[in-house]
Amino acid sequence: MNFEPVIGLEIHVQLKTKSKMFCGCNNNSEEAEPNTNVCPVCLGMPGVLPMINKEAVRFSLMVGIALGGKINCNSHFDRKNYFYPDLPKGYQISQYKCPLISGGVVEITCPLEKEKQLGKTTTYQKQIKIKRIHLEEDAGKLIHPEGADYSLVDLNRAGTPLLEIVTEPVIRSPQEASIFLKELRSIMRYLNVSNADMEKGHLRCDANVSLREEGTEILGTKTEVKNMNSFRAVEKALAYEIKRQEELLEKGKKIVQETRGWDETSEKTISQRSKEEENDYRYFPEPDLPPLEIDQRWIKEIKAKLPETSLQRRERFETEYKLNQELLKALIADKALGDYFEEVISELKEWIKDIEIKEDSARDGFVSGEKSKALAKMISQAASLIVSELIRLLNEAKVNIANCKISPENFAELITIIYQGEISQGAAKEVLGEMFKHGSDPSHIIDERGLAQINDPRSLRKIVNEVIEENTGPVSDYKSGKMQALGFLVGKVMQKSKGKANPEIVNELLRELLS
Amino acid sequence: MALSAKQLKHLSRLARLKLTDKDTAIFQKQLSEILGYVDQLQKLDTDKVEPTSQVTGLVNIMRKDSIDQSLPRKEALKNAPEQLEGFFKVKSVFD
Amino acid sequence: MTIPEIHKEFHTKKTTALELVQRAIEVIEKKEKNLGAFISLDIEAALKAAEKVDERIEKGEELGILEGIPFALKDNIMMKDKNVTCGSKILEDFVAPYDATVVERLKKAGAIVIGRTNMDEFAMGSSTETSFFKKTRNPHDFNRVPGGSSGGSAVAVASGEVVFGLGSDTAGSVRQPAAFCGVVGLKPTYGTVSRYGLVAMASSLDQIGPLARNIIDTVLVQSVIQGADERDATCVSDERNNPVYDLESIQNLGVKDLKIGIPKEYFTKGLDKRIAEKIGEAVELLKKQGAQVILVSLPHTEYAIATYYILCPAEVSANLERYDGIRYGYSAAVDSDEETKNLFDVYFKSREKGFGNEVKRRILLGTYVLSEGYYNAYYLKAQKVRTLIAEDFKKVFRQVDILVTPTTPTLPFKLGEKLDDPLQMYLSDVCTVPASLAGVPALSLPCGIVYENGKKLPVGIQLIADYFKESLLFQVGYAIEKLQK
Repeated sequence: MNFEPVIGLEIHVQLKTKSKMFCGCNNNSEEAEPNTNVCPVCLGMPGVLPMINKEAVRFSLMVGIALGGKINCNSHFDRKNYFYPDLPKGYQISQYKCPLISGGVVEITCPLEKEKQLGKTTTYQKQIKIKRIHLEEDAGKLIHPEGADYSLVDLNRAGTPLLEIVTEPVIRSPQEASIFLKELRSIMRYLNVSNADMEKGHLRCDANVSLREEGTEILGTKTEVKNMNSFRAVEKALAYEIKRQEELLEKGKKIVQETRGWDETSEKTISQRSKEEENDYRYFPEPDLPPLEIDQRWIKEIKAKLPETSLQRRERFETEYKLNQELLKALIADKALGDYFEEVISELKEWIKDIEIKEDSARDGFVSGEKSKALAKMISQAASLIVSELIRLLNEAKVNIANCKISPENFAELITIIYQGEISQGAAKEVLGEMFKHGSDPSHIIDERGLAQINDPRSLRKIVNEVIEENTGPVSDYKSGKMQALGFLVGKVMQKSKGKANPEIVNELLRELLS
Repeated sequence: MALSAKQLKHLSRLARLKLTDKDTAIFQKQLSEILGYVDQLQKLDTDKVEPTSQVTGLVNIMRKDSIDQSLPRKEALKNAPEQLEGFFKVKSVFD
Repeated sequence: MTIPEIHKEFHTKKTTALELVQRAIEVIEKKEKNLGAFISLDIEAALKAAEKVDERIEKGEELGILEGIPFALKDNIMMKDKNVTCGSKILEDFVAPYDATVVERLKKAGAIVIGRTNMDEFAMGSSTETSFFKKTRNPHDFNRVPGGSSGGSAVAVASGEVVFGLGSDTAGSVRQPAAFCGVVGLKPTYGTVSRYGLVAMASSLDQIGPLARNIIDTVLVQSVIQGADERDATCVSDERNNPVYDLESIQNLGVKDLKIGIPKEYFTKGLDKRIAEKIGEAVELLKKQGAQVILVSLPHTEYAIATYYILCPAEVSANLERYDGIRYGYSAAVDSDEETKNLFDVYFKSREKGFGNEVKRRILLGTYVLSEGYYNAYYLKAQKVRTLIAEDFKKVFRQVDILVTPTTPTLPFKLGEKLDDPLQMYLSDVCTVPASLAGVPALSLPCGIVYENGKKLPVGIQLIADYFKESLLFQVGYAIEKLQK
């Protein structure tokens, strides 16, 4: 029997509004002490009332529009009733009957398995259909100290706006699930409505998993898989669950409909049957909140102001900056990095504007009309340096671009220095490393370390002549046609100048003097 | 509409409300009587009637996304039956 | 003496704010042991506040509308740093961390709180007998109930302990005790007074309302507590919710040419004949003053109680889920008399021990009508009948300006008389529930006395008007009040 997995995902995304969903408490509790971003409303004290955060609704509509879903213009909130210590009111204000958005689609690109690859086609496109998207409030956090007979409740997170996104059961592999989640994260970041960091809990995912016989429409019994805290965990947990169900079905056993939690340590899904017992949520419309009637004008306004999607940015970067595929991929994958890149470009543009036309500069020179050419070259250089060097530095130090010590201003300055040939490529790497560590100015570093490249032909001529005198053998080799000897001589000049000589100028000088 | 003891037990669990045997017997009788009384609504034909969730007719009441003052933690925990290092302390959620 | 008259006495130095509070304290000391209107008193603070008011009078400063006026607050309205119990064991030691909006407004207007009053537990009841703490007695006959659930506030006003009180009305809990105690009580249009800080019972029905000895005082209190509030999404913030009342018009417009409707469904055989008589007498007087009296019908009236006792318990069951022994309130986890092995036990036993029977009944009933398989037949059905009841009023107000009905079908009943029969207790709300379901404003004021067993029992007459037409209620109420004198 050949089984195919049928997977549907239920994703919760924390929206990064300034204040919470139904009260004015600070929505960012990352650095906060427990129970310090709380008020009578989100504590569920007697007598309090919720008030809808308009920005959370706007963010939700942005997501709905971006995913091509249908905005349900008549929407309202419902109470979902159950008892748990992290749920202060004993009910969650959510949406059951009339979610804000129905439908929508997320397109993903997945790698084809080797055996399915045909010629240059190594990937396939898939449309992940969205069933519904609705708005609700988050519960607090529970901490379970090891071995203790008690749990601790922190309600800082209680009341954070959550967007719940439910997909149709169209996902067919753990890999598709993981790619989908990554694309969803990218969308959230490009819309700037959530940082969608799975590790920080901004994006949470539960999965419904069942198997069905290939070729049939009859769905098998599904289990719900929870507690997957990273993309990797999602892949592993789903793979495990699919295998577990496969093995049971092949033995002729039945799948029990239940909730299973992913255990990272044992790498298994474990039955959590007891929690599922009798959860009749008794949904009814929230009497404290008048319904929403989303008007077309607001939707049009949001649509018009929707931030650039990753696809749009990719196209723009390609056209405006003429970057190659590899550079594009890296700069699009991380929106914050792309933002940084554009800040650097903005600094470069400022610099170019101010530069005076120099008459006798060392390089191609900034003669009038050449400014745009120079800018293009520097942009290209910046992109390369970011993708090849900066990303490496960030990954090694496990630092986010948001916390990078190199200001776009300083980075841009470095690029101008490199472009003007003031330092060699090798020295540039060293300077960048130093800037990354301390956030210092590139010119300071160059001065301190004496990394300035020697570009002045007069000083170089002296060293070149010395080398010519000291290396008669290679000189005559070159003169007799052995091109490699030139390289050797350049090397000697570099040695003598302690690496500071501008190799291109040295090359020219040698040719000149030996011709 | 009579309420069975089994139904009552289910309700008591859902509502996290313990009932003594004495209470169960009395409530069963009283609630059955009340349910019997409210059943008269079935006499009315309401097929074409819209339900009223809100009498005000208000819509789109929302607030600006701005940060207000929170409660000092001492106030927030002031009435807590049990607390520990700034947290509410509860019996373990795992049995 | 009305509040304006009291203020006049302040200005003419006939009395001081301190003296007024002292007199209130004297009355309390004398009568409380028989009445039991208060759960807690704030004597020290009241005296201090009164002194400050007198200082302001001395300096000739402008006085707030309710400056220096002693009042009683129903114990389900939040007042910062005070012990707010809702008449329940589960909040016996609860200290409020914030002020209700209405309390903020009353403080700003200079009113002085004397204490917090007794009530049916979580406002569930029509006699104030389900309070965990004590029984409150009707000042006209100590063996009778004061009505409920705002019995304490009604008694505090009726007995002269305070000048006005605040109560909350969900099915008649301000109007019915007003009628039983012989004072004025208003249930405003739903959405005119902020519910922020009112411990919720049935969110789509609850409204805070004033209790006072006369119409003018009622108007003044209402004008202070009414109005938009950005913390309550169900509180109307457009120009319809206008807390500015013209005392001149209220006192002088009278009832000439007003169309008064008498809904026949309120005058059925369940109504005590003596009450019907008093209402009839009042209506005759209004007729003589130039009002037109028309017989009308609100055909779905008989279904109101059934509708209410589905919707209210449903909302109650959700609103009371927060009382779980975790963040505040009575917890079995820290009760040495209770064994709690796990979290489930904590919920189960805290709520069992913390809540009284009526509360438990409504929670269970509410859980039932919302549960899977029953929602459509009960909750959804009741919401639809609610629409029909509201439409009855809409239709009738196209024919008439105001409705006149009895407030209660019976005279104040004896303590303990209906405690064991919940359904009987519910049926005492038959005249007040429909206006609550529709959300229209309704006022109860005294319209006569009936003698029974040597006691003078007050009779209340209820006026019902269209949404936001409180001024009409006051106008007609004032006319009736004047005619009674």
